[in-house]
Amino acid sequence: MRLFPAIAAALLALAAPAAAAQAPDANLARNLAATCTNCHGTNGVSQGGTESLAGMPKDALVQKMLEFKSGTRPATLMHQLAKGYSDEQITLIAGWFAAQKAPR
Amino acid sequence: MKRRDSASSTPTRRRQFLTMAAGCGTAAAIALPVRATSRSGPSGKVVVVGGGYGGATAAKYIRMWSDGRIDVTLVEPNAAFVSCPMSNLVVGGSRDLSFLTVGYDNLPQRHGVRIIRDTAAAVDVDERIVRLAGGGELPYDRLILSPGIDFMWDQVPGLANADAQARILHAWKAGPQTVALRRQLEAMPDGGVYALSIPVAPFRCPPGPYERACQVAWYFKRAKPKSKVLILDGNGDVTSKAALFRKAWADEYKGIVEYRADHVLAGVDAATRTARFDVHDDVRADVLNVVPPQRAGAIARSAGVVTANDRWCDVDFRSFESVTVENVHVLGDAIQVAPGMPKSGHMANQHAKVCAAAVVALLSGQPPNPTPVLTNTCYSMVTDRDSIHVCSIHQWDADRKTVLPVPGSGGLSTAMSELEGTYAFAWARNIWADTLA
Repeated sequence: MRLFPAIAAALLALAAPAAAAQAPDANLARNLAATCTNCHGTNGVSQGGTESLAGMPKDALVQKMLEFKSGTRPATLMHQLAKGYSDEQITLIAGWFAAQKAPR
Repeated sequence: MKRRDSASSTPTRRRQFLTMAAGCGTAAAIALPVRATSRSGPSGKVVVVGGGYGGATAAKYIRMWSDGRIDVTLVEPNAAFVSCPMSNLVVGGSRDLSFLTVGYDNLPQRHGVRIIRDTAAAVDVDERIVRLAGGGELPYDRLILSPGIDFMWDQVPGLANADAQARILHAWKAGPQTVALRRQLEAMPDGGVYALSIPVAPFRCPPGPYERACQVAWYFKRAKPKSKVLILDGNGDVTSKAALFRKAWADEYKGIVEYRADHVLAGVDAATRTARFDVHDDVRADVLNVVPPQRAGAIARSAGVVTANDRWCDVDFRSFESVTVENVHVLGDAIQVAPGMPKSGHMANQHAKVCAAAVVALLSGQPPNPTPVLTNTCYSMVTDRDSIHVCSIHQWDADRKTVLPVPGSGGLSTAMSELEGTYAFAWARNIWADTLA
């Protein structure tokens, strides 16, 4: 009789999506970083005229964004956009771009 | 028609739950392949209708973020993408149409998107099939509609027939009309009047008409200095970047641009190029350019997702899935926008990324990202090289179940500048690549 393992498998399958709903979204940093890539290029590789973010050290990007946010770094619009992200979101974004391959 | 029980549930998960629960009785049933579990990774068929800023981005990002495991078919009738943003430079004459034109080749070659050059004629949401004008049928697990806008010709008496539309242009979809409007301006004698009718908001690209006025004035100032630009706005004031545009008209284009508020178009006489209004006097122009009222593209109606004022499509901003029809997502200008969200190309690209992440998650048996973030950056060219911007950030508000601009963030240029002009061109280069390359 193989009914028992089958029920166990079914219960596991049922439990999996519920557990996933509790866990932090593994793609959150990627999704946040994608809000930058219209202007800074897919995966942070710019087509020119804006800074490539791919491969930029995490601390450097966090610092830049916090300076934009506080207004100490002059900008045309980045000081306005930086204020829309929480410090935690900025950290996630910077970590994700730091892990991308820098353009040659 | 399949209707969703509530906006907060995720239909795919619900269906899988039922499939699995029903299979509990026998091992054989459990061994049947269940679509898209988290352990097997994403899989399924996605059909995207419309290859503009929304649809092309969605197609590319679903392929990228599913590591090529989700099958994506893009239905687009045009051979190439022609950008509406920056198209006013073609009207003004400082650029030509090739500047705005980007091919679709990279989507299949680099990302494995299947492109079908056809028009989606109908959607059967029960059978989950898109029917093509050319006769084919495309089955889908998830459908993404990015149909852009259709014009509501019935709202402009006198402009319903093809002859009138050939004489009084909209040029509000970039392409042949953009070039044709340019030709009309070139043919106009110096001392003539170019009149631009703007519909009551909401419409595609809120600052677009005012940018167009600047570009036509830029041309007149150099080539036809006795000519006038007359803005006939259906709204009570300039709907975007008002102070910046007014300053440009006063400083750069003094004596050329005249702005008239509260001019809701009541009809046109195509033969004499006359715009009629209920209260105000008729306006006869040498070039009459009418931007008609708009609504979601017709395919949205076929899918049954037009839910707001019989014009726009309400979506759940965590996935851009229709609030009424399961497995159908809507992007771009066709949606009923959240508070403070413009109908812009940049925003459509951002819709597409939230949607792509959600579709990949849902086809992996995962819930969508519960906290979506979207940005908007919109440049308007005031001369051939000077620009102004408006930008905003929109974050999910769990209480109001929508995305809202973050208080204290976003903003406008302090003044027009050539530096912002270089950023505007960089914006175009980058977003065209992000969408299509």
